[in-house]
Amino acid sequence: MHQDCTYTLIKTLMKTENTNIDYRQIPGWGMDIDPDNEPTYPMKNYTGDDHNRLNYERSPQQPVEIELLKSIERPVNPVVFGTTVPPSGLSGIIRRYAFKHSEDRYRHWISLILADRINAWEGIIEDLGKGVFPNILAERGIKAELKYNAAGLAKKVVVAAVVGTLLITYLAKKKK
Amino acid sequence: MLAMNYRGPFRVRAEQRPMPEILHPEDAIVRVTRTCICGSDLHLYHGMVPDTRVGSVFGHEFTGVIVETGPLVTNVKIGDQVLVPFNIACGKCNFCKQGLYGNCHESNAMATAVGSIFGYSHTAGGFDGGQAEYVRVPYANVGPTVIPADMDPDDAVLLTDVVPTGYQAAEMGGIKEGDTVVVFGAGPIGIMAARCAWFFGPSRVIIIDHIDYRLEFAKNYAQCEAYNFKSMDDPVVFIKRITDWYGADVCIDCVGCEAEGNALQTFTGKVTLMQAGSATAFQWAVNSVKKGGIVSVVGVYGPPFNFAPIGNILNKGITLRANQASVKRLLPKLIDHVQSGRLNPKGLITHRVPLQEVSDAYHIFSSKLDECIKTVLIP
Repeated sequence: MHQDCTYTLIKTLMKTENTNIDYRQIPGWGMDIDPDNEPTYPMKNYTGDDHNRLNYERSPQQPVEIELLKSIERPVNPVVFGTTVPPSGLSGIIRRYAFKHSEDRYRHWISLILADRINAWEGIIEDLGKGVFPNILAERGIKAELKYNAAGLAKKVVVAAVVGTLLITYLAKKKK
Repeated sequence: MLAMNYRGPFRVRAEQRPMPEILHPEDAIVRVTRTCICGSDLHLYHGMVPDTRVGSVFGHEFTGVIVETGPLVTNVKIGDQVLVPFNIACGKCNFCKQGLYGNCHESNAMATAVGSIFGYSHTAGGFDGGQAEYVRVPYANVGPTVIPADMDPDDAVLLTDVVPTGYQAAEMGGIKEGDTVVVFGAGPIGIMAARCAWFFGPSRVIIIDHIDYRLEFAKNYAQCEAYNFKSMDDPVVFIKRITDWYGADVCIDCVGCEAEGNALQTFTGKVTLMQAGSATAFQWAVNSVKKGGIVSVVGVYGPPFNFAPIGNILNKGITLRANQASVKRLLPKLIDHVQSGRLNPKGLITHRVPLQEVSDAYHIFSSKLDECIKTVLIP
C-alpha cells in the first residue's frame, strides 16, 4: 500500500505533454523491428575480411600530380584522393608540419586549425593580389541579416559601438 | 562553372571556377540539379573542422545528371539522373565489403579515422563538393544510384544524407518494441531520426532542443513529444522524471560538436578549443539513458577529442554505437519507405535558394533565421 502511494506520488510529479496520438497508427510503425539488432550484434556484414588486413583487390591508382599530404597512420596513398587546394604559403608550411604527427596527437589538429586561420588571411591577400576587393559583409550574408534580423543587427552594431568607444576612451586615458 | 567558394570562417561566396575533370578511370562528372546545406556544413562554415582550406567547395548532399564517365564506369551512363551518397566508397576495401561504406579506406589520404566525404575539408579527403554546377564523383560504379522515375527530386536529394543518417541513428539505437527513445537535436537529422525511430516499434519518441520553431516542426513532422531544454533547470533530471525515474531506453545524439546548454562545455569546446567542440548533447545522452541502455551518435564530432562522462558509460553499462551513415547499404529500404509514402523527406525543406545566393543561404541556416529547417540550393 505504502509502495503504491509512493509510485502514485511519483507519477503526479511527472509533467509531460498530453499526447493523444495512437503511435501504432503512425505509418510504418514497428515494421523494421529486428530482434537480432542487439548492441552486441554486428551492424556490419561480417565476412572475416578484416583478418586479411590491407590485402584486398584495388582499383588502378590515381596518378599523384599535386602535393598530397598523407596521414602517417597509413603506409601508402589511397587509390583515389581529392585534389582541391593543395597546401601553399605559410598555411601550407604549418600543414606539412601537422602531417609529420599522427592523428592521435593534439599538435596535429591544433596546427591544422592554426593553418586554417592563417589561410583565411592568405585568401584575402590572394583576392587583393588579383585586384578583387572581397565584399566580406556580403560573404557573411548581410543581405539575409538585414532582411530577417534587422533589429538584431542594429543591436550588435550599437553594442559594438559602445564597447569600442569605452575601450578607446580607456586606452586614451591610460596613455595620458 | 559557378560554385560555392569558402573564404574563411563565416565567409562564403559563389564564383566561377574551372570545370572538374576525370582524374581516375572510375570517375564520373555530374551536373548538379539539387544540392543541400547540411547542419554539419555549419561546422565547416564556423571554422570548427581542421584542415578546411580557403578555396574549397562544400556540399555532400546532391543529385544530378551524369555528363561524363571514365573508361571503367559501367554501372551508370551519361544521361542517368542519380542521387549520390555523401560517402565516397570504393566498394573493394575490407570495410566497404562489409557494408561500412562510410569507412572506406581507399579515398582519404589525410586521415585514417575518417572515411571520405564530398566537400567536407581535407580531413575528409579533400574532394570538392556538390554546391556547384558540376562535381567530380569518384568510384561512380559504387555510389551514384539512379533515381526512380517517379521520385520527386526533392525527396531524392534528401536520400543522400538526411534520411539515411536519421534512419541509421535510430537503427543503431537497437530500439525494441515499447521502448522510450530520446533524440537530442531538432535539426533535420534529429527530426528524421525521431520520425524513423517509429519504424522500430517504440512507445514514446521524445525530442529535446532549445529552438521553439524547430520543436513545433518536429512535433508535427515526427509525431513525437518535444521539449525545450531552456525551460528546464536540468534536462537530465527532466528526462529521468518523465521516464518513471528510470532513464530512456535509447538516447540519440543528433547535435554534434556545437551543442549549446552547458557553459563549461561551450567555453572549453567552442571558445578556447581545448576540446573539439562542445559535447553537451553527448553528455546529456549518456546521463539520461537507463543503466544498460544504448546511446547512438550521429552528431558530427571532429578530431581530436572531447570531454565525455566515460565513468558513467562504464558504471551504467552503456553501449555506445556511432558511425557515419552507410548510405548505400540503406538506400534500397529507404527508397521503398519513400515510394510507399511512409516517409516524406521533402517535407523538411523550408528554403529553396539559387546557388548564386549561397552567402545568404548559409547565414540564414547558421543563424536560424526565417524558421529555417532545411535549405536546398538550386544551381
